[in-house]
Amino acid sequence: MMSGWRKDVQRHRGDYRRRGINSMTNRHSCFNHKAKVVRRGAIYTFRMQNESTDLDWPLEVYRQLKAADVRHVTYVPDAGHSRLINLLNHDPEVVTSVLTTEEEGIAIAAGAWLGGQRSAILMQSSGVGNCINMLSLPAIGRFPLLIFVTMRGEWAEFNPWQVPMGAAVEQSLHAIGVRTLRAETAQELLAVTASAIALSYEADQQMAVIISQRLLGSKKW
Amino acid sequence: MNEQGALDRRHAVASLLKNRQEALVVSGLGSSTYDVHAAGDCDANYYLWGAMGSAALVGYGLAQASKRAVWVITGDGEQLMGLGGLATVGIAKPKNLTIIVIDNEHYGETGMQVSHTGRGLALNAVAAACGFAKTGVISDQSGLDALCEEIKLDSSGPRLFVVKVSAAELPRSLPSRDAVHIKNRFRQHLGFSAR
Repeated sequence: MMSGWRKDVQRHRGDYRRRGINSMTNRHSCFNHKAKVVRRGAIYTFRMQNESTDLDWPLEVYRQLKAADVRHVTYVPDAGHSRLINLLNHDPEVVTSVLTTEEEGIAIAAGAWLGGQRSAILMQSSGVGNCINMLSLPAIGRFPLLIFVTMRGEWAEFNPWQVPMGAAVEQSLHAIGVRTLRAETAQELLAVTASAIALSYEADQQMAVIISQRLLGSKKW
Repeated sequence: MNEQGALDRRHAVASLLKNRQEALVVSGLGSSTYDVHAAGDCDANYYLWGAMGSAALVGYGLAQASKRAVWVITGDGEQLMGLGGLATVGIAKPKNLTIIVIDNEHYGETGMQVSHTGRGLALNAVAAACGFAKTGVISDQSGLDALCEEIKLDSSGPRLFVVKVSAAELPRSLPSRDAVHIKNRFRQHLGFSAR
């Protein structure tokens, strides 16, 4: 019996072959994540290849944040955010803060706004569940909120423990009053980011940009 | 804790706030918000009515955005819920952030159940372990007088002081619960647009 997940893997390997994409190409390591599947002693490998392999989306998101005068960013690390975190940490004009749990970033962003500064938060989908009651603060105070959520548990996921929270991310955010904008491709992410920046910092909305696991590629095991 | 001779929380908070000068103040939900309001409403106060565990972190975000001194006045239960936040503040080391925990060793809003601090946990020791520049416990009038002078001074990093107070229940002093109004009022005070 082949699991649903295995079928997914095979189907998408097929997709890439049909489109003539060389699945062994690894010119843009940021987008090519190799997954290993161990089954009956054999090792199958495949790469999730993003449709827009030439687009350095972490750099583009970084540039958009800078252009929007976001000079304060908090995060709990995620592999999907690693390049963006790196860019922000090396920018002397940006203050970054690593958190012990994601809800801290919600409170810090509200405080920064009280002091006239725009703060954004980077987290993995599992971290959304850690934030729920803290989101009362931006929701009731109408504080601008901009969260970037990298998804796990939804696309060629190896670890079943990631699936429940991954599946609950958008519903949970909507339930507490946070709007979500989802990006399936790097191109889409750039448009979504621009929109979320305006909605949060200009229209005082509580926004989460959902970066799909398909865009990120599955985690290498 | 010996209730005889214990500090009164309203008196302690009012004494500290008399020395606030330009300090921006964030108050934690429950009695701390009532204490800060009872000492005199002020545009430079942000009163929390919920989001338990957020007070120190709202103060930290504010301290990173503003050059002014930021004081967080909160309760033991509120700070205990944000224990990880002390680690985050401890490594970031904002020089202008002072956290004052008004510690009655109980959850006052919910029926006076004994909190962790009433069972021996020392929040000042937690803060010290997290890398705060200065920490201390105040439990009497002379200690309070010294703290009133201390918090006016510049610091090389974040500070956390535990002020042990009586667990007596006091009449509530209720500020506005309109979080948007209080936010806009606060931002206008600092010269930012209210929208």
